[in-house]
Amino acid sequence: MLLNIEHVKKSFAETEVLRDISLHVEEGEFVALLGPSGSGKSTIFNLIGGIMEPDDGAITLNHKVIHGKRGLIGYMPQQPSLFPWRTVLENIVLVQELTGKPNRQEAKEWLEKVGLQEFENAYPIELSGGMKQRVAFIRAMLSKQNLLCLDEPFSALDEFTRISMQKWLLSVWETNRKSILFVTHSIEEALFLADRIYILTKRPTMVKEEVIVPFARPRDESLLNTEPFFHLKQKIFKQLKDELGEGL
Amino acid sequence: MKWLRSNGGAIIVLLFLLGLWEIIVKITGTPAWLLPAPSQIFSEGFKVIPSFSTDILATTKLAILGLVIGSAAGFIIAVILHILPIVQKMTYPLLILSQNIPIIVLAPLLIIWFGFGLLPKLIVIALVCFFPIVVAALDGFKNTAPELKYYMQMAGASKTQMFWKLELPYALPSLFSGLKISATYSVMGAVISEWLGAKQGIGVYMTLSQASFRTDHVFVAIFTIMLLSVLLFGLIQAFEKLFIKGKIER
Repeated sequence: MLLNIEHVKKSFAETEVLRDISLHVEEGEFVALLGPSGSGKSTIFNLIGGIMEPDDGAITLNHKVIHGKRGLIGYMPQQPSLFPWRTVLENIVLVQELTGKPNRQEAKEWLEKVGLQEFENAYPIELSGGMKQRVAFIRAMLSKQNLLCLDEPFSALDEFTRISMQKWLLSVWETNRKSILFVTHSIEEALFLADRIYILTKRPTMVKEEVIVPFARPRDESLLNTEPFFHLKQKIFKQLKDELGEGL
Repeated sequence: MKWLRSNGGAIIVLLFLLGLWEIIVKITGTPAWLLPAPSQIFSEGFKVIPSFSTDILATTKLAILGLVIGSAAGFIIAVILHILPIVQKMTYPLLILSQNIPIIVLAPLLIIWFGFGLLPKLIVIALVCFFPIVVAALDGFKNTAPELKYYMQMAGASKTQMFWKLELPYALPSLFSGLKISATYSVMGAVISEWLGAKQGIGVYMTLSQASFRTDHVFVAIFTIMLLSVLLFGLIQAFEKLFIKGKIER
């Protein structure tokens, strides 16, 4: 077990944000966290990333407690958060710079692998939204950590770009199989990408249910139109709807 | 061509004002000791250039040296205040107060304290130059995009890395805005410091001209100061283009 979160609680002043979160990510597994907005997903990431410490419970990575320890995960935020004064290549080696000497050769090979080699020396302002997110993902990959935390990375993209980005992410991931914890509020996205899905409740957040996604890999777009996919989507949708009650 | 397109408007307005001035002086027959016509100022300027150039050079050197010292001090102060917010809270009002000291009054005191050497002059220039840099740099540091800061935290950046890799480069455009203001102030600062006792410089030339009622020479000095400020401003702008890569989306 790579990442294990056990009975974690977190409150801010009077507000209880996380009531009881237990989840785990295996080596090479793609896990999605699915929940309504304001369900404390970013608090979970803050805890894993070491920006906050849990009030109770334990978070372990490779069986070591990581409370308050930063820089142990690869992270891809919702906004691409590329540094505007750095070229694409300089951006993706940034995380390596923090811990030691960057390996530019490896970085270049990665850009080539994902077809971005011609943008090596481009500045972020010259890239489209989808391309920026690809760069942000490669940057997370190059952090050399075994766990990648992806925080709604495609939510700001338009529908067409999003689908092609999801396919792109899967194709890159399948050649390399790092563990991924993927936060999303799109049922379809979670089902299409993940091996397992944790459905979260609204605040104070608990894990409502764990769904094992039975679809074989490699997956492609045609999966989205199959009966089992649609069926599972309906089931999860109903659960989320119950969760939100009249609010939906 | 590009330069002309972006600055052409300003040049036309300037020429128009000079023309208006020329005509008014000619029509009213104003005597030259009261207000010389621009044409007279320029022809006089060309005449005195050989002897005046040493003064210009002295002031330029003084202004640049003062600007370098003042902006270095401003930058260091800004960094310290940024790293230590408590110190910032305690001393920021003092910094603002330092800008309310009338330089004209302070300068003679500085000469009493430090003599007629270079030091009091540099203090005067540095005093007018450091403040814009402090304000600009502090604003730049403070306005660093929160999502980039958050990313750096998640990536495990230390405070030092956060500063050198994110906050400083992010603040550069703002820092250059401050530097441009300081550059234009530095020439004025140099001239004021020269009024109080110097062997050469535009300030000295100005005082001598004024004492001998050579109003045209006073105006030559004024125009030179303006030109010098604009040139320094341009120099900083050139550095800015050199240093700032990509573009910050704000």
